[in-house]
Amino acid sequence: MSTVIRPYGDTTGDGMVQLSFTLPVPCDKRAEGAALQLAGKMGLDPAMVVHAKQMGEGFTFFVVYGRVNHLVDLSEVVVAERDFPLLSPHEVNALVKRRLRRELVVVGACIGTDAHTVGIDAILNVKGIAGEKGLEYYRELRVVNLGSQVAVPDLVEAARAEKADAVLVSQVVTQRDAHLHNTREMSAAFREAVPADRRPLLVVGGPRFDELMAAELGVNRIFGRGTTPREVASYLVHALITQKAKAA
Amino acid sequence: MSGKLDLDPALVRRARQLARRAGKPVVDLARSHTTVSVERAVLRLAGVTGADADGIPLVNRLVDAVVADVGLGHGVALPVVEAATREGVDDLTLLAQKAAAGSVRFEVPSGRAATAARRAARRAVGAGITRIDKRRAERDRLIKRHGDPDQRPWIYLIVATGDIYEDIPQAQAAAREGADIIAVIRSTGQSLLDYVPEGATREGFAGTYATQENFRLMRAALDESSRELGRYVRLTNYASGLCMPEIATLAGLERLDMMLNDSMYGILFRDINPIRTFVDQRFSRQIHARAGIIINTGEDNYLTTADAVEAAHTVTVSQLLNEYFAHEAGLADWQLGLGHAFEINPDLPESFRLELAHALLARELFPHAPLKWMPPTKHMTGDVFRGNLLDGFFNLAGTMTGQGILLVGMMTEAVVTPWLSDRDIALQNVRYVLNAAGGLHEDFVPAPGGFIQRRANHVLGEAVDLLERIVDDTLLNAIADGTFGITKRPADRGKGLDGVARHEAGYYNPATEILEGEQ
Repeated sequence: MSTVIRPYGDTTGDGMVQLSFTLPVPCDKRAEGAALQLAGKMGLDPAMVVHAKQMGEGFTFFVVYGRVNHLVDLSEVVVAERDFPLLSPHEVNALVKRRLRRELVVVGACIGTDAHTVGIDAILNVKGIAGEKGLEYYRELRVVNLGSQVAVPDLVEAARAEKADAVLVSQVVTQRDAHLHNTREMSAAFREAVPADRRPLLVVGGPRFDELMAAELGVNRIFGRGTTPREVASYLVHALITQKAKAA
Repeated sequence: MSGKLDLDPALVRRARQLARRAGKPVVDLARSHTTVSVERAVLRLAGVTGADADGIPLVNRLVDAVVADVGLGHGVALPVVEAATREGVDDLTLLAQKAAAGSVRFEVPSGRAATAARRAARRAVGAGITRIDKRRAERDRLIKRHGDPDQRPWIYLIVATGDIYEDIPQAQAAAREGADIIAVIRSTGQSLLDYVPEGATREGFAGTYATQENFRLMRAALDESSRELGRYVRLTNYASGLCMPEIATLAGLERLDMMLNDSMYGILFRDINPIRTFVDQRFSRQIHARAGIIINTGEDNYLTTADAVEAAHTVTVSQLLNEYFAHEAGLADWQLGLGHAFEINPDLPESFRLELAHALLARELFPHAPLKWMPPTKHMTGDVFRGNLLDGFFNLAGTMTGQGILLVGMMTEAVVTPWLSDRDIALQNVRYVLNAAGGLHEDFVPAPGGFIQRRANHVLGEAVDLLERIVDDTLLNAIADGTFGITKRPADRGKGLDGVARHEAGYYNPATEILEGEQ
């Protein structure tokens, strides 16, 4: 089978695509010409403007059909793999229920002087972020959100009392590298207070973290800007259930 | 009850009675407690404005100073006015500045000093409420001059750039394209700030901060649009989160027309302390009642977290509770934009008939409320073509069941924040449906004993069952036990609890006195 393909309209190899866009000009002959020029530069040849409609004062919406001459070589497609599979809330719940056979306990906090709970709340609150519900929404997860300005010893104590499987810490303030400082202090405290086999998974997140620094900071995982609750939940299941099963 | 669903009037009466019984203890709780945000709202009504050099509002500084000296339980009105008299300061903003600098001592006046302070406090706060009254009269005048939209439902569109100066041209363009109501979405996380930011803001996360100045700028811009378009364009924002009473007050002062204002949303979805929420709720609703603002409740949220068929009755229960709390706070039926949403999985057989049953149930239960009809979000995927079709059915259900306020659905929901063209396509969808079937609700009478009637009656029955369980358990315990799905919210937990105090003997809140005196 050939590894070279092109888009399919109604005949193999016809290369037909459809696209829509807006140009910041009023709708007239010149606007249509502009749309065709854009389509041409995008590699559509021939291109047809099948719909043009003015919106407001100075904008026009176009629908364009046309043939692209580009080829795609499947053998050259490279896919970046996440090192854990992204699961739906349903899959997360099912895995926890079936494999862990109890609720998975997550304790979250902003530590140190950091009062910015936006990050931890986005991940934990039912409200969530970017259309995804937070971890509280997952029926098989039990979430304890300690809020802001939690002292590290209190966090360790809460994690122990709640029998936390995972501890989530969010750090926004980075003045004088406070986020790195606080994270090291937190991971050291857990190392000191809890034997390795009972230590919860330590996860930190914040917009200024380098995701590759986990080992250096003594935590299991770092999440950076734009992380969603689903990624965190998937990671927790991966690290605490799926991977553990493999190691055992 | 006449109507299209043949609902059992006794069952409907029972549902309302249960909602009242479930809500009453919470109202008693709200009447016997105050919060830092209620007290800050009182100060805003009394004319305290501005922020200190760190951007902390002076109302926060003043309340903190009073609390440090005499606690919160007496209310701040009397200690503040007494201190102003003692210090010889007429302007309470000036007093707040002095208090922030630590140079004022507060005490709770007694005897004749208390009587004098009451009189002065009532006068100061009364001036703020008079300003709200004037804004309401101004709205009535403008509606008379420019007119209401020609059609029902009113068309509700969202803008949210983070920058108020970008929002303004977008909102004006949306109004020109047919929006009757503009909502400015707030920045992510504002609901958890325990202060209201100051001034015009140009940076926000997925939304624009609610500030008094942003309110003023947007209202002025839409007044311009109303003149241009010959219909009064309404403005909406969010009275929710830790500063709900203050945001409601600012909305009244700046003539906003609608406010998102749900009795339990903050508790369930934002983990705000239940008592804090109910106290703040009651005050904010009293302000909305006075200001002639239409509230929009948040029942759509239940359906985004739970299955829309299984949880249909939780929407009805919440609507009934919201209605009770609203009436108790003085809101009239025309001010109740009770929420519900088109969120049933479209792959489910007969999903549209189920949607019609649920939407018509809300319509028949609350015949005089405008009802806020929310578009599909949960089952919107990146397939924008299917999304546009789903939005078309949503619009059709809205007009067939006579909804009052229609939030325009975007086919790019869950993909991007709406583009100019997304909004245009969405409005085209609405216009087509309203033009093609605007009067269909007259002809749409479900078959007696048919699928829709049976489904609506079933949901009402489930709602009554749930209300009975809530009454037995008490509403606060029901919330603590996780009855409203998802998560447990005990009354002694959650954000903002440290800003709640039980009334001490002699607690005085001139705003509440004036607002309740008018009921």
